[in-house]
Amino acid sequence: MQAIADWFKWLANAHGINVSIAYDAFDRTRFLTGLSTTVWLSVVCIVLSIFVGLVGAWFQGARSPLVRACVAAFVQFFRNTPPLVQLAFFYFAVSAALPMVTDPFGQKVPLVNNVGWAIISFSLFAGAFNIEIFRSGIEAVPSATTEAAEALGYTRVQSYVYVVLPLAFRICLPALGNNLVNLVKTTTLAYAIGVPELLYAAAQVWSEVLNVREMMVVLLITYIVIVAVLVGVMQRWERMLRIPGYNA
Amino acid sequence: MTHELGEPVVVIDRIEKRFGALVVLKDISLTVRRGECVCIIGPSGSGKSTLLRAINALVPVSKGSIKVDGIEVNDPDLDKLALRRKVGIVFQQYNLFPHRTALENVMMAPLHVLKQQKADVEERAKRLLAKVRLSEKQDTYPGELSGGQQQRVAIARSLAMSPTVMLFDEVTAALDPETKKEVLFAIRELAAEGMTCILVTHEMGFAAEVADHIYFTDGGMIVEHGPPGEFFKNARHERTRAFLDQVL
Repeated sequence: MQAIADWFKWLANAHGINVSIAYDAFDRTRFLTGLSTTVWLSVVCIVLSIFVGLVGAWFQGARSPLVRACVAAFVQFFRNTPPLVQLAFFYFAVSAALPMVTDPFGQKVPLVNNVGWAIISFSLFAGAFNIEIFRSGIEAVPSATTEAAEALGYTRVQSYVYVVLPLAFRICLPALGNNLVNLVKTTTLAYAIGVPELLYAAAQVWSEVLNVREMMVVLLITYIVIVAVLVGVMQRWERMLRIPGYNA
Repeated sequence: MTHELGEPVVVIDRIEKRFGALVVLKDISLTVRRGECVCIIGPSGSGKSTLLRAINALVPVSKGSIKVDGIEVNDPDLDKLALRRKVGIVFQQYNLFPHRTALENVMMAPLHVLKQQKADVEERAKRLLAKVRLSEKQDTYPGELSGGQQQRVAIARSLAMSPTVMLFDEVTAALDPETKKEVLFAIRELAAEGMTCILVTHEMGFAAEVADHIYFTDGGMIVEHGPPGEFFKNARHERTRAFLDQVL
Protein backbone atom coordinates (compact mmCIF):
# COMPACT_ATOMS: atom_id res chain seq x y z
CA MET A 1 0.00 0.00 0.00
CA GLN A 2 2.75 2.39 1.01
CA ALA A 3 4.58 1.68 -2.24
CA ILE A 4 1.51 2.59 -4.25
CA ALA A 5 1.03 5.79 -2.26
CA ASP A 6 4.70 6.69 -2.79
CA TRP A 7 4.45 6.05 -6.52
CA PHE A 8 1.41 8.36 -6.82
CA LYS A 9 3.26 10.99 -4.78
CA TRP A 10 6.17 10.72 -7.21
CA LEU A 11 3.74 10.90 -10.16
CA ALA A 12 2.30 14.14 -8.75
CA ASN A 13 5.72 15.71 -8.15
CA ALA A 14 7.46 14.55 -11.30
CA HIS A 15 4.65 14.82 -13.87
CA GLY A 16 1.99 16.95 -12.20
CA ILE A 17 -0.60 14.14 -12.38
CA ASN A 18 -2.10 14.53 -8.94
CA VAL A 19 -4.32 11.66 -7.80
CA SER A 20 -4.40 12.93 -4.24
CA ILE A 21 -6.83 10.29 -3.02
CA ALA A 22 -4.13 7.67 -3.61
CA TYR A 23 -1.68 9.08 -1.08
CA ASP A 24 -3.53 11.65 1.04
CA ALA A 25 -5.43 9.96 3.90
CA PHE A 26 -7.88 12.83 4.30
CA ASP A 27 -8.81 12.94 0.62
CA ARG A 28 -9.01 9.16 0.46
CA THR A 29 -11.42 9.03 3.40
CA ARG A 30 -13.58 11.68 1.77
CA PHE A 31 -13.62 9.75 -1.47
CA LEU A 32 -14.35 6.38 0.15
CA THR A 33 -17.15 7.95 2.21
CA GLY A 34 -18.56 9.27 -1.06
CA LEU A 35 -18.24 5.83 -2.62
CA SER A 36 -20.02 4.11 0.25
CA THR A 37 -22.77 6.76 0.21
CA THR A 38 -23.29 6.18 -3.51
CA VAL A 39 -23.39 2.40 -3.09
CA TRP A 40 -25.75 2.65 -0.13
CA LEU A 41 -27.98 5.17 -1.91
CA SER A 42 -28.06 2.94 -5.01
CA VAL A 43 -28.94 -0.23 -3.13
CA VAL A 44 -31.71 1.41 -1.10
CA CYS A 45 -33.16 3.08 -4.19
CA ILE A 46 -32.98 -0.15 -6.23
CA VAL A 47 -34.90 -2.07 -3.57
CA LEU A 48 -37.50 0.66 -3.08
CA SER A 49 -37.94 1.29 -6.81
CA ILE A 50 -38.57 -2.41 -7.42
CA PHE A 51 -41.14 -2.32 -4.63
CA VAL A 52 -42.78 0.77 -6.17
CA GLY A 53 -42.78 -1.00 -9.55
CA LEU A 54 -44.44 -4.16 -8.20
CA VAL A 55 -47.12 -2.31 -6.27
CA GLY A 56 -47.77 0.09 -9.15
CA ALA A 57 -48.01 -2.72 -11.69
CA TRP A 58 -50.48 -4.48 -9.40
CA PHE A 59 -52.66 -1.37 -9.10
CA GLN A 60 -52.40 -0.83 -12.83
CA GLY A 61 -54.35 -4.06 -13.24
CA ALA A 62 -57.01 -2.96 -10.72
CA ARG A 63 -60.67 -3.01 -11.62
CA SER A 64 -61.29 0.56 -10.46
CA PRO A 65 -60.65 3.03 -13.31
CA LEU A 66 -59.79 5.66 -10.67
CA VAL A 67 -56.93 3.57 -9.27
CA ARG A 68 -55.64 2.89 -12.79
CA ALA A 69 -55.81 6.60 -13.61
CA CYS A 70 -53.82 7.42 -10.46
CA VAL A 71 -51.06 5.00 -11.44
CA ALA A 72 -51.02 6.39 -14.98
CA ALA A 73 -50.74 9.95 -13.62
CA PHE A 74 -47.91 8.90 -11.32
CA VAL A 75 -46.01 7.30 -14.18
CA GLN A 76 -46.61 10.30 -16.45
CA PHE A 77 -45.39 12.74 -13.82
CA PHE A 78 -42.14 10.95 -13.08
CA ARG A 79 -41.44 9.91 -16.64
CA ASN A 80 -42.17 13.25 -18.26
CA THR A 81 -40.19 15.51 -15.94
CA PRO A 82 -36.41 15.72 -15.45
CA PRO A 83 -35.16 13.88 -12.35
CA LEU A 84 -33.10 16.91 -11.25
CA VAL A 85 -36.24 19.05 -11.27
CA GLN A 86 -38.09 16.34 -9.32
CA LEU A 87 -35.33 16.28 -6.72
CA ALA A 88 -35.39 20.07 -6.40
CA PHE A 89 -39.16 19.98 -6.17
CA PHE A 90 -39.04 17.54 -3.27
CA TYR A 91 -36.13 19.17 -1.48
CA PHE A 92 -37.14 22.80 -1.84
CA ALA A 93 -40.92 22.81 -2.38
CA VAL A 94 -42.30 19.73 -0.64
CA SER A 95 -39.87 19.85 2.27
CA ALA A 96 -40.74 23.47 3.01
CA ALA A 97 -44.41 22.57 3.19
CA LEU A 98 -43.77 19.89 5.83
CA PRO A 99 -43.54 20.68 9.56
CA MET A 100 -40.11 20.95 11.25
CA VAL A 101 -39.17 18.48 13.98
CA THR A 102 -36.81 18.75 16.95
CA ASP A 103 -33.72 16.53 16.82
CA PRO A 104 -32.07 14.93 19.90
CA PHE A 105 -29.91 18.04 20.37
CA GLY A 106 -32.92 20.33 20.58
CA GLN A 107 -32.41 21.75 17.08
CA LYS A 108 -35.28 22.43 14.67
CA VAL A 109 -34.63 20.30 11.58
CA PRO A 110 -36.69 19.33 8.52
CA LEU A 111 -38.78 16.18 8.81
CA VAL A 112 -36.81 14.56 5.98
CA ASN A 113 -33.16 15.46 5.35
CA ASN A 114 -31.41 15.76 2.00
CA VAL A 115 -30.41 12.07 1.91
CA GLY A 116 -34.02 11.13 2.68
CA TRP A 117 -35.29 13.29 -0.19
CA ALA A 118 -32.74 11.85 -2.56
CA ILE A 119 -33.91 8.33 -1.68
CA ILE A 120 -37.59 9.22 -2.03
CA SER A 121 -37.09 11.12 -5.26
CA PHE A 122 -34.91 8.55 -7.05
CA SER A 123 -36.99 5.60 -5.85
CA LEU A 124 -40.17 7.16 -7.23
CA PHE A 125 -38.43 8.19 -10.44
CA ALA A 126 -36.99 4.74 -11.15
CA GLY A 127 -40.13 3.12 -9.71
CA ALA A 128 -42.29 4.84 -12.33
CA PHE A 129 -40.18 3.25 -15.05
CA ASN A 130 -40.24 -0.07 -13.22
CA ILE A 131 -44.05 0.02 -13.24
CA GLU A 132 -44.00 0.20 -17.03
CA ILE A 133 -41.31 -2.48 -17.23
CA PHE A 134 -43.23 -4.87 -14.97
CA ARG A 135 -46.43 -4.13 -16.85
CA SER A 136 -44.82 -5.18 -20.11
CA GLY A 137 -43.69 -8.40 -18.41
CA ILE A 138 -47.12 -9.08 -16.93
CA GLU A 139 -48.80 -8.49 -20.27
CA ALA A 140 -46.41 -10.95 -21.88
CA VAL A 141 -47.63 -13.79 -19.63
CA PRO A 142 -50.15 -15.71 -21.76
CA SER A 143 -53.72 -15.33 -20.53
CA ALA A 144 -54.10 -19.09 -21.01
CA THR A 145 -51.55 -19.64 -18.23
CA THR A 146 -53.43 -17.42 -15.79
CA GLU A 147 -56.68 -19.05 -16.88
CA ALA A 148 -55.21 -22.40 -15.88
CA ALA A 149 -54.39 -20.97 -12.44
CA GLU A 150 -57.90 -19.55 -12.18
CA ALA A 151 -59.40 -22.93 -13.12
CA LEU A 152 -57.38 -24.54 -10.32
CA GLY A 153 -59.00 -22.22 -7.80
CA TYR A 154 -56.27 -19.59 -7.49
CA THR A 155 -57.48 -16.16 -6.41
CA ARG A 156 -56.20 -13.13 -8.30
CA VAL A 157 -53.56 -12.45 -5.63
CA GLN A 158 -52.41 -16.07 -5.53
CA SER A 159 -52.15 -16.27 -9.29
CA TYR A 160 -50.19 -12.99 -9.29
CA VAL A 161 -47.74 -14.21 -6.66
CA TYR A 162 -47.22 -17.81 -7.79
CA VAL A 163 -47.68 -17.65 -11.55
CA VAL A 164 -47.74 -14.18 -13.10
CA LEU A 165 -44.89 -12.50 -11.24
CA PRO A 166 -42.33 -15.31 -11.49
CA LEU A 167 -42.88 -15.40 -15.28
CA ALA A 168 -43.22 -11.65 -15.79
CA PHE A 169 -40.08 -11.04 -13.74
CA ARG A 170 -38.02 -13.30 -15.95
CA ILE A 171 -39.37 -11.66 -19.08
CA CYS A 172 -38.58 -8.12 -17.95
CA LEU A 173 -35.27 -8.73 -16.18
CA PRO A 174 -33.12 -7.30 -19.04
CA ALA A 175 -35.22 -4.12 -19.19
CA LEU A 176 -35.16 -3.86 -15.41
CA GLY A 177 -31.36 -4.14 -15.48
CA ASN A 178 -31.14 -1.20 -17.88
CA ASN A 179 -33.32 0.95 -15.69
CA LEU A 180 -31.36 0.10 -12.54
CA VAL A 181 -28.11 1.06 -14.30
CA ASN A 182 -29.72 4.40 -15.08
CA LEU A 183 -30.82 4.72 -11.47
CA VAL A 184 -27.26 4.23 -10.19
CA LYS A 185 -26.04 6.97 -12.50
CA THR A 186 -28.94 9.23 -11.55
CA THR A 187 -27.80 9.18 -7.90
CA THR A 188 -25.10 11.72 -8.89
CA LEU A 189 -27.90 14.30 -9.06
CA ALA A 190 -28.00 14.18 -5.25
CA TYR A 191 -24.89 16.37 -5.53
CA ALA A 192 -27.26 19.26 -6.21
CA ILE A 193 -28.76 19.06 -2.72
CA GLY A 194 -25.48 18.42 -0.91
CA VAL A 195 -25.68 14.67 -0.38
CA PRO A 196 -22.02 13.59 0.12
CA GLU A 197 -22.00 10.93 -2.63
CA LEU A 198 -19.19 10.23 -5.08
CA LEU A 199 -19.54 13.28 -7.32
CA TYR A 200 -19.85 15.55 -4.30
CA ALA A 201 -16.79 14.03 -2.63
CA ALA A 202 -14.80 14.27 -5.86
CA ALA A 203 -15.81 17.91 -6.27
CA GLN A 204 -14.69 18.64 -2.72
CA VAL A 205 -11.33 17.10 -3.46
CA TRP A 206 -10.73 18.87 -6.75
CA SER A 207 -11.82 22.26 -5.51
CA GLU A 208 -9.15 22.06 -2.78
CA VAL A 209 -6.39 20.18 -4.55
CA LEU A 210 -7.19 21.62 -7.98
CA ASN A 211 -6.89 18.25 -9.70
CA VAL A 212 -10.14 18.37 -11.70
CA ARG A 213 -8.81 16.36 -14.63
CA GLU A 214 -7.47 13.52 -12.48
CA MET A 215 -10.57 13.34 -10.28
CA MET A 216 -12.83 13.31 -13.35
CA VAL A 217 -10.98 10.27 -14.65
CA VAL A 218 -11.17 8.60 -11.22
CA LEU A 219 -14.88 9.36 -11.08
CA LEU A 220 -15.58 7.89 -14.52
CA ILE A 221 -13.58 4.74 -13.79
CA THR A 222 -15.35 4.32 -10.44
CA TYR A 223 -18.77 4.50 -12.12
CA ILE A 224 -17.69 2.07 -14.82
CA VAL A 225 -16.74 -0.39 -12.09
CA ILE A 226 -19.91 0.14 -10.02
CA VAL A 227 -22.18 -0.34 -13.03
CA ALA A 228 -20.16 -3.34 -14.20
CA VAL A 229 -20.72 -4.96 -10.82
CA LEU A 230 -24.46 -4.26 -11.03
CA VAL A 231 -24.68 -5.62 -14.57
CA GLY A 232 -22.73 -8.69 -13.45
CA VAL A 233 -25.17 -9.29 -10.61
CA MET A 234 -28.16 -8.86 -12.95
CA GLN A 235 -26.72 -11.31 -15.47
CA ARG A 236 -26.04 -13.83 -12.75
CA TRP A 237 -29.60 -13.42 -11.56
CA GLU A 238 -30.90 -13.92 -15.10
CA ARG A 239 -28.90 -17.12 -15.45
CA MET A 240 -30.10 -18.34 -12.06
CA LEU A 241 -33.73 -17.80 -13.04
CA ARG A 242 -33.41 -19.33 -16.49
CA ILE A 243 -35.91 -22.12 -16.99
CA PRO A 244 -34.76 -25.15 -18.97
CA GLY A 245 -36.64 -25.37 -22.25
CA TYR A 246 -38.40 -22.03 -21.79
CA ASN A 247 -37.41 -19.00 -23.83
CA ALA A 248 -38.61 -15.86 -22.17
CA MET B 1 -68.16 -47.98 -21.21
CA THR B 2 -70.11 -50.30 -19.04
CA HIS B 3 -70.37 -49.24 -15.46
CA GLU B 4 -73.05 -48.08 -13.08
CA LEU B 5 -74.13 -44.49 -13.47
CA GLY B 6 -75.00 -42.53 -10.36
CA GLU B 7 -77.08 -39.45 -9.66
CA PRO B 8 -76.83 -36.33 -11.87
CA VAL B 9 -73.69 -34.29 -11.11
CA VAL B 10 -73.80 -31.69 -13.84
CA VAL B 11 -77.23 -30.38 -14.76
CA ILE B 12 -77.37 -27.71 -17.43
CA ASP B 13 -80.77 -26.18 -17.93
CA ARG B 14 -81.58 -23.97 -20.93
CA ILE B 15 -78.45 -21.85 -20.81
CA GLU B 16 -77.75 -19.06 -23.23
CA LYS B 17 -74.51 -17.21 -23.88
CA ARG B 18 -74.21 -14.01 -25.85
CA PHE B 19 -71.20 -11.96 -26.78
CA GLY B 20 -72.99 -8.73 -27.59
CA ALA B 21 -75.41 -9.52 -30.39
CA LEU B 22 -73.72 -12.84 -31.15
CA VAL B 23 -75.48 -15.83 -29.64
CA VAL B 24 -72.87 -18.49 -28.91
CA LEU B 25 -74.96 -20.91 -26.89
CA LYS B 26 -78.67 -21.17 -27.31
CA ASP B 27 -81.10 -23.09 -25.16
CA ILE B 28 -78.67 -25.82 -24.19
CA SER B 29 -79.70 -28.44 -21.67
CA LEU B 30 -77.82 -31.56 -20.73
CA THR B 31 -77.33 -33.80 -17.74
CA VAL B 32 -74.23 -35.75 -16.80
CA ARG B 33 -74.49 -38.46 -14.17
CA ARG B 34 -71.80 -39.53 -11.77
CA GLY B 35 -69.37 -41.87 -13.50
CA GLU B 36 -70.65 -40.95 -16.93
CA CYS B 37 -68.39 -40.00 -19.82
CA VAL B 38 -69.96 -37.52 -22.20
CA CYS B 39 -68.47 -36.37 -25.49
CA ILE B 40 -69.42 -33.15 -27.20
CA ILE B 41 -68.66 -33.05 -30.91
CA GLY B 42 -69.40 -30.58 -33.65
CA PRO B 43 -67.83 -28.24 -36.16
CA SER B 44 -65.48 -25.42 -35.15
CA GLY B 45 -67.24 -22.40 -33.77
CA SER B 46 -70.29 -24.38 -32.70
CA GLY B 47 -69.85 -23.32 -29.08
CA LYS B 48 -68.40 -26.56 -27.70
CA SER B 49 -65.50 -24.97 -25.82
CA THR B 50 -67.66 -22.13 -24.55
CA LEU B 51 -70.10 -24.69 -23.16
CA LEU B 52 -67.28 -26.53 -21.41
CA ARG B 53 -65.79 -23.35 -19.98
CA ALA B 54 -69.20 -22.24 -18.74
CA ILE B 55 -69.35 -25.32 -16.51
CA ASN B 56 -66.47 -24.09 -14.34
CA ALA B 57 -67.38 -20.42 -14.67
CA LEU B 58 -64.42 -19.44 -16.86
CA VAL B 59 -67.12 -18.06 -19.15
CA PRO B 60 -70.20 -16.58 -17.47
CA VAL B 61 -73.50 -17.50 -19.11
CA SER B 62 -76.20 -14.94 -19.90
CA LYS B 63 -79.24 -17.04 -19.00
CA GLY B 64 -80.23 -20.38 -17.56
CA SER B 65 -78.84 -22.60 -14.84
CA ILE B 66 -75.77 -24.81 -14.48
CA LYS B 67 -75.64 -26.98 -11.37
CA VAL B 68 -72.45 -28.81 -10.49
CA ASP B 69 -72.90 -31.21 -7.59
CA GLY B 70 -75.50 -28.87 -6.10
CA ILE B 71 -73.60 -25.60 -6.74
CA GLU B 72 -75.40 -23.10 -8.96
CA VAL B 73 -72.78 -21.68 -11.32
CA ASN B 74 -74.88 -18.87 -12.81
CA ASP B 75 -75.02 -16.96 -9.55
CA PRO B 76 -73.32 -13.62 -8.85
CA ASP B 77 -72.42 -14.85 -5.33
CA LEU B 78 -70.88 -18.05 -6.65
CA ASP B 79 -68.11 -19.45 -4.43
CA LYS B 80 -65.62 -19.97 -7.26
CA LEU B 81 -63.16 -21.88 -5.13
CA ALA B 82 -65.81 -24.39 -4.06
CA LEU B 83 -66.81 -24.86 -7.70
CA ARG B 84 -63.26 -25.25 -8.97
CA ARG B 85 -62.41 -27.83 -6.35
CA LYS B 86 -65.14 -29.95 -7.93
CA VAL B 87 -64.32 -29.26 -11.56
CA GLY B 88 -60.96 -29.98 -13.18
CA ILE B 89 -60.24 -28.76 -16.69
CA VAL B 90 -57.55 -29.74 -19.18
CA PHE B 91 -56.87 -27.36 -22.05
CA GLN B 92 -55.89 -27.85 -25.67
CA GLN B 93 -52.58 -26.03 -25.15
CA TYR B 94 -51.80 -27.75 -21.78
CA ASN B 95 -51.13 -24.36 -20.11
CA LEU B 96 -48.69 -25.76 -17.59
CA PHE B 97 -46.75 -23.35 -15.38
CA PRO B 98 -43.47 -23.17 -17.32
CA HIS B 99 -41.33 -22.07 -14.36
CA ARG B 100 -42.11 -25.16 -12.28
CA THR B 101 -41.14 -28.80 -12.79
CA ALA B 102 -43.69 -31.45 -13.67
CA LEU B 103 -43.97 -32.53 -10.03
CA GLU B 104 -44.28 -28.94 -8.80
CA ASN B 105 -46.99 -28.26 -11.36
CA VAL B 106 -49.03 -31.08 -9.86
CA MET B 107 -48.29 -29.94 -6.29
CA MET B 108 -48.93 -26.22 -6.64
CA ALA B 109 -52.72 -25.99 -6.41
CA PRO B 110 -53.13 -28.37 -3.43
CA LEU B 111 -50.40 -26.43 -1.60
CA HIS B 112 -51.45 -22.89 -2.50
CA VAL B 113 -55.20 -23.24 -2.84
CA LEU B 114 -56.12 -26.10 -0.52
CA LYS B 115 -53.23 -25.41 1.93
CA GLN B 116 -52.58 -29.11 2.35
CA GLN B 117 -49.48 -30.54 4.04
CA LYS B 118 -46.45 -30.60 1.76
CA ALA B 119 -45.45 -34.19 2.49
CA ASP B 120 -48.95 -35.50 1.72
CA VAL B 121 -49.22 -33.39 -1.41
CA GLU B 122 -45.86 -34.59 -2.68
CA GLU B 123 -46.68 -38.22 -2.14
CA ARG B 124 -50.01 -37.85 -3.91
CA ALA B 125 -48.46 -35.88 -6.77
CA LYS B 126 -45.91 -38.64 -7.30
CA ARG B 127 -48.68 -41.22 -7.41
CA LEU B 128 -50.57 -39.13 -9.96
CA LEU B 129 -47.48 -38.76 -12.15
CA ALA B 130 -47.00 -42.52 -11.94
CA LYS B 131 -50.61 -42.93 -13.01
CA VAL B 132 -50.01 -40.91 -16.19
CA ARG B 133 -46.68 -42.78 -16.65
CA LEU B 134 -44.38 -39.83 -16.09
CA SER B 135 -42.59 -40.73 -12.86
CA GLU B 136 -39.19 -40.41 -14.48
CA LYS B 137 -40.03 -36.88 -15.69
CA GLN B 138 -40.99 -35.42 -12.33
CA ASP B 139 -38.06 -32.99 -12.17
CA THR B 140 -38.31 -31.92 -15.80
CA TYR B 141 -39.61 -28.50 -16.80
CA PRO B 142 -42.62 -28.29 -19.15
CA GLY B 143 -40.50 -26.74 -21.90
CA GLU B 144 -38.44 -29.92 -22.08
CA LEU B 145 -41.44 -32.25 -22.32
CA SER B 146 -43.23 -33.32 -25.49
CA GLY B 147 -46.79 -32.13 -26.06
CA GLY B 148 -48.23 -35.45 -25.01
CA GLN B 149 -46.14 -35.50 -21.84
CA GLN B 150 -47.15 -31.94 -21.00
CA GLN B 151 -50.79 -32.83 -21.52
CA ARG B 152 -50.48 -35.80 -19.18
CA VAL B 153 -48.89 -33.58 -16.54
CA ALA B 154 -51.84 -31.23 -17.03
CA ILE B 155 -54.22 -34.13 -16.41
CA ALA B 156 -52.33 -35.08 -13.23
CA ARG B 157 -52.37 -31.43 -12.15
CA SER B 158 -56.17 -31.33 -12.42
CA LEU B 159 -56.57 -34.66 -10.68
CA ALA B 160 -54.49 -33.41 -7.74
CA MET B 161 -57.44 -31.27 -6.71
CA SER B 162 -59.59 -34.44 -6.45
CA PRO B 163 -62.30 -33.09 -8.73
CA THR B 164 -65.78 -34.57 -9.03
CA VAL B 165 -65.90 -33.82 -12.77
CA MET B 166 -63.13 -33.57 -15.33
CA LEU B 167 -63.49 -31.37 -18.41
CA PHE B 168 -61.31 -31.98 -21.47
CA ASP B 169 -61.19 -29.21 -24.05
CA GLU B 170 -59.88 -30.69 -27.31
CA VAL B 171 -56.92 -31.99 -25.39
CA THR B 172 -55.40 -33.91 -28.29
CA ALA B 173 -55.98 -31.31 -31.01
CA ALA B 174 -52.42 -29.96 -30.79
CA LEU B 175 -50.74 -33.37 -30.65
CA ASP B 176 -49.26 -35.65 -33.28
CA PRO B 177 -50.84 -39.10 -33.70
CA GLU B 178 -48.13 -40.82 -31.68
CA THR B 179 -48.33 -38.69 -28.53
CA LYS B 180 -52.09 -38.41 -28.93
CA LYS B 181 -52.35 -42.10 -28.04
CA GLU B 182 -50.64 -41.63 -24.67
CA VAL B 183 -53.09 -38.92 -23.70
CA LEU B 184 -56.15 -40.82 -24.88
CA PHE B 185 -54.90 -43.82 -22.95
CA ALA B 186 -54.76 -41.77 -19.75
CA ILE B 187 -58.28 -40.43 -20.31
CA ARG B 188 -59.64 -43.89 -21.13
CA GLU B 189 -58.23 -45.17 -17.84
CA LEU B 190 -59.82 -42.34 -15.92
CA ALA B 191 -63.20 -42.98 -17.51
CA ALA B 192 -62.90 -46.69 -16.80
CA GLU B 193 -62.23 -45.90 -13.14
CA GLY B 194 -65.55 -44.11 -13.01
CA MET B 195 -64.41 -40.49 -13.18
CA THR B 196 -67.15 -38.26 -14.50
CA CYS B 197 -65.77 -36.81 -17.74
CA ILE B 198 -66.98 -34.28 -20.25
CA LEU B 199 -64.89 -34.16 -23.40
CA VAL B 200 -64.95 -31.79 -26.31
CA THR B 201 -63.20 -33.72 -29.02
CA HIS B 202 -62.64 -34.28 -32.70
CA GLU B 203 -61.53 -37.86 -32.12
CA MET B 204 -64.62 -39.67 -33.36
CA GLY B 205 -63.18 -43.13 -32.89
CA PHE B 206 -62.22 -42.34 -29.33
CA ALA B 207 -65.60 -40.74 -28.62
CA ALA B 208 -67.38 -43.83 -29.97
CA GLU B 209 -65.30 -46.06 -27.75
CA VAL B 210 -65.17 -44.14 -24.49
CA ALA B 211 -68.41 -42.15 -24.34
CA ASP B 212 -71.60 -43.19 -22.63
CA HIS B 213 -73.42 -40.41 -24.41
CA ILE B 214 -72.65 -38.14 -27.34
CA TYR B 215 -73.91 -34.63 -28.00
CA PHE B 216 -73.64 -33.01 -31.41
CA THR B 217 -73.66 -29.22 -31.37
CA ASP B 218 -73.92 -26.82 -34.26
CA GLY B 219 -74.59 -23.10 -34.29
CA GLY B 220 -74.63 -22.96 -30.50
CA MET B 221 -77.38 -25.55 -30.17
CA ILE B 222 -77.54 -29.25 -29.44
CA VAL B 223 -78.71 -30.74 -32.71
CA GLU B 224 -79.00 -34.28 -31.43
CA HIS B 225 -77.63 -36.65 -28.84
CA GLY B 226 -77.66 -40.29 -27.90
CA PRO B 227 -75.55 -43.28 -26.94
CA PRO B 228 -72.60 -43.73 -29.31
CA GLY B 229 -73.85 -46.91 -31.00
CA GLU B 230 -77.09 -45.30 -32.02
CA PHE B 231 -75.60 -41.89 -32.70
CA PHE B 232 -72.93 -42.98 -35.13
CA LYS B 233 -75.08 -45.54 -36.93
CA ASN B 234 -78.42 -43.83 -37.20
CA ALA B 235 -78.01 -40.08 -36.96
CA ARG B 236 -81.47 -38.62 -37.44
CA HIS B 237 -80.59 -35.11 -38.51
CA GLU B 238 -79.32 -34.17 -41.92
CA ARG B 239 -76.79 -31.76 -40.31
CA THR B 240 -75.36 -34.51 -38.11
CA ARG B 241 -75.06 -36.91 -41.02
CA ALA B 242 -73.30 -34.29 -43.13
CA PHE B 243 -70.83 -33.63 -40.31
CA LEU B 244 -70.16 -37.32 -39.68
CA ASP B 245 -69.68 -37.95 -43.40
CA GLN B 246 -67.00 -35.32 -43.43
CA VAL B 247 -65.04 -36.45 -40.40
CA LEU B 248 -65.38 -40.21 -40.46
